[in-house]
Amino acid sequence: MRCPECDGEIPLAKDAIEGEIITCPDCGGSFELYKKKDGSFDLRAIQVIGEDWGE
Amino acid sequence: MVYDYIRWEEKAIADAAKKRGVNLKLIDSKDVSLLLDSNYEEEFGNVVLQRCLSYFRSLHLTAALEAKGISVINNFKVALTAGNKLLTTLALINAGIPTPRTALSFTSESAIKSLEKLGYPSVLKPTIGSWGRLVALLKDRDSAEAIFEDREHMFPLYQVYYIQEYVKRPPRDIRSIVIDDKVVAAIYRVSLSGNWKTNMALGAKAENCPITKELEDICVKASKAVGGGILGVDCMESPNGLLVHEVNNTTEFKNTVPTTGVDIPGLIIDYLVKYRK
Repeated sequence: MRCPECDGEIPLAKDAIEGEIITCPDCGGSFELYKKKDGSFDLRAIQVIGEDWGE
Repeated sequence: MVYDYIRWEEKAIADAAKKRGVNLKLIDSKDVSLLLDSNYEEEFGNVVLQRCLSYFRSLHLTAALEAKGISVINNFKVALTAGNKLLTTLALINAGIPTPRTALSFTSESAIKSLEKLGYPSVLKPTIGSWGRLVALLKDRDSAEAIFEDREHMFPLYQVYYIQEYVKRPPRDIRSIVIDDKVVAAIYRVSLSGNWKTNMALGAKAENCPITKELEDICVKASKAVGGGILGVDCMESPNGLLVHEVNNTTEFKNTVPTTGVDIPGLIIDYLVKYRK
């Protein structure tokens, strides 16, 4: 899988699941793993941390 | 389990469910579309673990689920209280639990009066939010006025001036994970040198913390004060003993599990199963 930001190679774990946050080992960018209509995985930009985000 | 994003915690909970043969359905809150007068409860099952990062999303979704008779952990009242520092402080005070002295104001002028009552330095915190974000140490009147001026130009939530005394303590605090009113694990969060904040998100280091009777007692009381469930209770070691300064509603435990060796995701699943019965 290629990083949408730097085009680096992002290895995908066998047990990866939809919604997981994936970090590019090259540029450090974080992305959300999502399933496309054909069932394959792709990456999309993660929402910038919201003001009400937290524990 | 409803979530915004699958972080280490949510993935570990999903793995723990799989290992125990528990059918845990993962529902992305970003995909939710509920016609409120329809029977949407069927897609959520009878117990929902709420793991949304967004406080407002979590509250609204929890309200919609509870309205259909679904049990949500943590429930709406707990989420509302523990997700808001002012409501948490009020709950702790009402339960007689030691907590830092706290003042409330709504204008920068009255916030200065609050600071005069608490003394300098004091700590200004947003009532909602985590990870040390927008938490400011007010060392003197000049720095307070400068920060308050910024606040006046921010979203109205930031004009709720929640100010706490600065507690003299070692450069660490204690995060206890409390499930069903039992302390299952605790860590010291040791701040990075030169940083007064102890948030893991700011680089603090985790060390195992023994669960003493004093720690257990105060954390269980704090859990009960906000309504129980699955919580992260934060304590400070003041010269006069432990103080509870925060209770976290969707607590993180990524650093607590490897530091303490406690299977927190497994205990969460066990609690959900027990709750379902």
